[in-house]
Amino acid sequence: MNYNKKVTLFIQCIIDGIFPEVGFAVVRIFNKLGIGVECPAEQTCCGQPAFNSGYRKEAKRAAEHFMEVFGEAECIVCPSGSCVNMVRNHYPELFRDNAKLLERAKGIGVKTFELTEYLVDVLGLEDLGSRYDGRITYHDSCHLMRGIGVKEQPRKLIRKIRGAEFVEMKDSDKCCGFGGAFSVKYPEISTAILEDKVKNIIDSNAEIVTGCDMGCLMNIQGMLSRRGLPVKTLHIAQLLAGQSI
Amino acid sequence: MTRIATENYREEAIKGINDPVLQKALANLQMRLGRGAEEAYRNLPEGPGLRRKAHEIRMNAIENLDVLLELLADKIRSRGGHVFFAEDADAAVTYCLETAQKHNVRLAVKGKSMITEEIGLNDAFAAADIEVAETDLGEYIIQLAGEHPSHIIAPAIHKTRSEIGLLFSEKLNIPYTTDPETLTRAARKALREKFLSAGMGISGCNIACAETGHITVVSNEGNIRMSTTLPKVHVAFMGMERITARLSDHDILFRLLSRGAAAQKMAGYVSYIGGPRISGQADGPDEFHLVIIDNGRTKILADNEFREMLCCIRCGACLNMCPVYGEIGGHAYGYAYTGPVGAVVTPLLVGINRAKDLCLGETLCGACKDACPVDIDLPRMLLLLRAKLADGDEKWNVKRENTGEKILYGIWSEIVRRRWAYDAMLNLSREGLRLFTGKEGMISSFPFFLKGWTDSRDMKLPARESFMLQWKKSEKQKRVK
Repeated sequence: MNYNKKVTLFIQCIIDGIFPEVGFAVVRIFNKLGIGVECPAEQTCCGQPAFNSGYRKEAKRAAEHFMEVFGEAECIVCPSGSCVNMVRNHYPELFRDNAKLLERAKGIGVKTFELTEYLVDVLGLEDLGSRYDGRITYHDSCHLMRGIGVKEQPRKLIRKIRGAEFVEMKDSDKCCGFGGAFSVKYPEISTAILEDKVKNIIDSNAEIVTGCDMGCLMNIQGMLSRRGLPVKTLHIAQLLAGQSI
Repeated sequence: MTRIATENYREEAIKGINDPVLQKALANLQMRLGRGAEEAYRNLPEGPGLRRKAHEIRMNAIENLDVLLELLADKIRSRGGHVFFAEDADAAVTYCLETAQKHNVRLAVKGKSMITEEIGLNDAFAAADIEVAETDLGEYIIQLAGEHPSHIIAPAIHKTRSEIGLLFSEKLNIPYTTDPETLTRAARKALREKFLSAGMGISGCNIACAETGHITVVSNEGNIRMSTTLPKVHVAFMGMERITARLSDHDILFRLLSRGAAAQKMAGYVSYIGGPRISGQADGPDEFHLVIIDNGRTKILADNEFREMLCCIRCGACLNMCPVYGEIGGHAYGYAYTGPVGAVVTPLLVGINRAKDLCLGETLCGACKDACPVDIDLPRMLLLLRAKLADGDEKWNVKRENTGEKILYGIWSEIVRRRWAYDAMLNLSREGLRLFTGKEGMISSFPFFLKGWTDSRDMKLPARESFMLQWKKSEKQKRVK
C-alpha cells in the first residue's frame, strides 16, 4: 500500500472546534514533506465521548459514520492518540457481534495512524528540519502511550527540533486528570490530579509543554491559564510546523 | 454485617484530597511501591511478559475451578483438615463463629486478610463478645484507632507517627513517643501476649495450589506464621477463585505477587499450609479449617465479560499506580477493596448502581492494567460497567442511571452523522459560550453541568470558524485559482 504519497486527515473534534490552528499545523507538515493531504468534508467525531460514558449504541452510530467517511481512504492520519486508540482498539469491540462491520473496523484500524507514529514509524523520519527556540517538556497522553504504545516517537521528533531544549518532567507518563466527562463529573478529583501534573511541568522549568492530544493539553492549559502561570501549551504539530508562540 | 459505603465516594474523596497527611503518604507510597513494582517486573528474568503468562495460568484455573477446588478440598481433608464451602458472607462468618464457640475461644489472632474485611468477620466476632486481634502492625494500629484499612497492603498509611504515638500511649499504656522502634516494640510486646493466649488463629490465603493441596500465606512481619501455628485452631478464609492448578504455576504467580504488592522478590515469611499439625510435628494447630467463599463470585464467573476479574490476586499493585487512588486514598471506595480493583470488583459484588461512582469516577488512564501482575484489563471492565449504567442491564439488575444524558447522547448521535448539523451545533455552542468569555478569549465560568471544569480551569472559546470550515474554504479558493 502507498502510505507515503497521500494521507487522509482525521481531525479530532477538539482540534476542529477549538484549536483549528493545530489542524493547519498538521497540513503544513505534510505540505513541507511533499505529501498530499485529503480531508473528507463529512467527518465529525470518532464516537469516543459516548463510548467512554457507556453509550455504546450512540458511539456505534458515530463509528459507522466514521467508517463510511474514511472507508476508502488508503492511509488515515490523526493528530490525537486517543482517537486513534478508539478506532484501532475500541471499534472492534463495538462491532464484535457483526462479522461484516467487524472486519471493516479492523481494516480501518490498521490503516489509521497517530501523527508522530506515522512520521517516525511509517515514514522513518525524525528530523523534519523544524526550528523552535525554547525549553520544551512533553506529557505522555494515556491512550497514546498505553493504548497504542506511542512513547518514544514524539521524543525522537522533539529532540531533532533545532533551537529546542528537551527536558523530561517528573511522572510524564502519569495521567493529567482529564478523562473526558470525568473532568466535569468529578472536578475535585480531576483537579487534584491536574495539580500534580502542573507542578511537575513548572518544576521542569520548561517554557512549553507539548503532547500529542489536545484533550490533555486543553486540560493543562486550563489550569495554567487560571493560575496565570507562564508556560505555553502547544500540540507537537505546532512545534514541528515551526509555528512561533 | 459487611460495611458498604460506596454512596459516599465523592464526599470521602474530597476529604482524602484535603487531608495533607494522607496526601504525603500516598505520594510516597506510589513513588516507592508503584515505580518499584514497574522496575521489579522489568528485572524479571522472563521480563514483564511473564504477566501475560500469569494471566493465562489464572484464566485456566478460573475455568476449571470446580475440579481444582474439589482436589484441594480432598487433599486437605485427607490430612485431617476441615473444608467448608460458604455460599455467602453470613455462612462463612457463622461457620467460623460456631467453631470458635465450640472451642470456647475468647481471643482470636488474625493475620491480614481482605476477604475477612469483605465478609465483616471482626464485627460479627465483636457482637458475639469474642476479641479478634489484628496482628499485622498496620492493621493493629487501625484496629486500635477503630478505623478501616485504606490500602490493601499498607492499611495505616493515612496515620502519622505522632498520631500512632498518641494512640499507643493511650491504648497500650506507654509513655508518649514518636520513635518508630520504641512504638514497634510496644506493639510487639502486646501482640506476643495475644499470640500466646489466643485460642484461634485466623488468616486469609494468598494463593492455593490444587496439585499439592495447600494454601500459601505471606507476610513481612512473621505475624501470619504465628497466627497460623500458635493457637490450637486455625481457620483460613479464601475466595473460591484464589487457586492454581500446579505448583509450577503457583511459583510464577507467587513471584509476581511479591513484586506487584511490595516490589519485593520474595516476602519475608512464606507459609505453605495443608492441614493441622500431624504427630511428630512440633508446631501447628490441632485443628485446621479452610473456608472457601463464594459470596457473589459465581455470578462473576458466569459472565464471560467479567470472568477475568477473578484472576485478581489482591496484591494492591494497581492502587500504587492509579492517579485517582493517589489523590483520594482508600476510604472513598467504601468497601474492603479500594483503588482500580475496587472500582471493578465492588460494583460486581455489592451492586452496580449502588457503586456507580466507583466506576464513573476513574480517568480510564490504563495505568492499572500495566501495573497488574496478572495483566487484568481493568479499563475494559470499567467501560463495560459504564455501559451497563448507561443502558441498564437485566442480568446484573442495573437500572439506567441518567435518562437525560441518554437523551442527549441520542441527539448527539444523530448530529455526528450529518456534518451540516454538526456545524450548526458548533455554532450554537460557540455563541452560547461567548456570553461567558473573559480575559484573552478564555472562559472562566461555565454554567450548569460544565461548572466543574471552571472551578479550577479556564477554557479557550471555540474558534470562530472550525478547521473543517476553513479547510473547505481554502480548497474552494484553490479550485478557483
